Amino acid sequence: MTSVAPYQLGNPLSKVHADAAEGQKAHASWSPTVVAVAGEDYCIVAGSTRMSTGFSILTRDASMLLQLSDKVVIASAGMQADRKALHKLLQHRNVMYQHNHGRPMSVSATAQLLSNTLYYKRFFPFYTFNLCAGLDEQGRGAVYNYDAIGSYERSGYFCQGSGKELIQPVLDNQLGADSPLLLPPRATITALPLEQGDKVEILIITKDGTRRDELQLKLD
Amino acid sequence: MLPRPTSHSKALGPGVAGPELAVATSAVLDRPPQSCAHLPLTGAQPCVVDPAVLADPRQHTKYPYVTGTSVLAIKYRDGVLIGCDTLGAYGSTKRYKSTQRIYRVNSKCVVAAGGEVSDFQYISNLLDELATDDFRTDDGIELTPQEVYSYLCRVMYNRRNKFDPLWNSLVVGGVEKGGQSFLGMVGMIGTHYTDSHVTTGFANQLARPLFRERQSDDMSEEDAMHLMYDSLKVCYYRDKVSINKFQVAKVTGEGVSISEPFALDMRWDYKLFAAPTKWAVGAW
Repeated sequence: MTSVAPYQLGNPLSKVHADAAEGQKAHASWSPTVVAVAGEDYCIVAGSTRMSTGFSILTRDASMLLQLSDKVVIASAGMQADRKALHKLLQHRNVMYQHNHGRPMSVSATAQLLSNTLYYKRFFPFYTFNLCAGLDEQGRGAVYNYDAIGSYERSGYFCQGSGKELIQPVLDNQLGADSPLLLPPRATITALPLEQGDKVEILIITKDGTRRDELQLKLD
Repeated sequence: MLPRPTSHSKALGPGVAGPELAVATSAVLDRPPQSCAHLPLTGAQPCVVDPAVLADPRQHTKYPYVTGTSVLAIKYRDGVLIGCDTLGAYGSTKRYKSTQRIYRVNSKCVVAAGGEVSDFQYISNLLDELATDDFRTDDGIELTPQEVYSYLCRVMYNRRNKFDPLWNSLVVGGVEKGGQSFLGMVGMIGTHYTDSHVTTGFANQLARPLFRERQSDDMSEEDAMHLMYDSLKVCYYRDKVSINKFQVAKVTGEGVSISEPFALDMRWDYKLFAAPTKWAVGAW
């Protein structure tokens, strides 16, 4: 265990939490990648389906994406247990919203909900790095990117996970825009060099609904 | 001793001296200065609440002591097979050679564990309570493996959130209502997944590749048993903390059967095993 902040009564970053953070990081330093790209009237979200520990592949068919409705998808990289817990929570809140309001949540509402949910655990975070994607009220693609404790912004494209340092520059180049808020025109997304293997699960959100696609990768 | 004034405040509860009763009466003001003012009046030992005094105030599981090694599980045509050895090891010592690491929840579901044996005994208790409660609803419907799996996911994750994990890797296997098999794994930090073949511990490295090569969801029972035996053999050959005494649980539509412990034929007379260092100068 590397040196940690000494335990102090009332200090939120106490030793116990620092230990837990160490443990979290030890188990989540490597995580499959997610990518989301927003277009004029579509949105594409992709995530690798490989789930592994540092040493072995646990399964080749684990989804990182949560489809809340026809128009909204949440993609999370990071620790798997926290991802599942977060997705469960969001799904429950989504169902409650639909019962209360009689209609599904919009992307902006979901984005705000996700931010608040993450910040609730500010002092023992969900170790997840999220993207919220879908079509906004005007029908344009929307991608929101988050850090682990809920700060978010809307962008045209983003990626998270251990491949993000490789993929983000590619996205910047291919979809290059002066400011990240400009939405690029419709472009073909060819096979991106996702570090992970097995499969890529792709969700394509348009005004007609959400379509699921799969891209087979090396089973190494 | 002077009677201590007590509060009758509902918020504080009966017999509690609240802050508004910390009034400086003559009993306090006229008392001579006490050298042991920091100690309780009754003369009891003070309780140390200053966490800086203790090196680590929280007692939580840091290491496992008596552990079980790998668990192997595959789906096949009629259901699932779950196999593991019967060793409870104390570090490197092969201490308890007859531990059953497979627990039957009900006629549809079985849970097996690697890791700390005492934590698994606690989990077995929880599952017993769960199954008993379920029986008491008296509706003739048993908990499905998926439900047991979800329950165990929550248990493991919440214990991890309290920094006091149950040090186990659990395998949940069984047959669902519609007849399809179920197989899932839950780890000690809440990591979980379902698949057609599932392993814990060393078997991830040793047996999983064999499963990927040879397992299919509609394999016959004979093929499945052969695959299971081969994988158990590999695990025994290559895992130093394992014994040649296994149990295999079979869950099908007809129910659960956990075999008696059995041994497999092992060969140690391979030439390279017999003289492993013959061509390796300097090795032992």
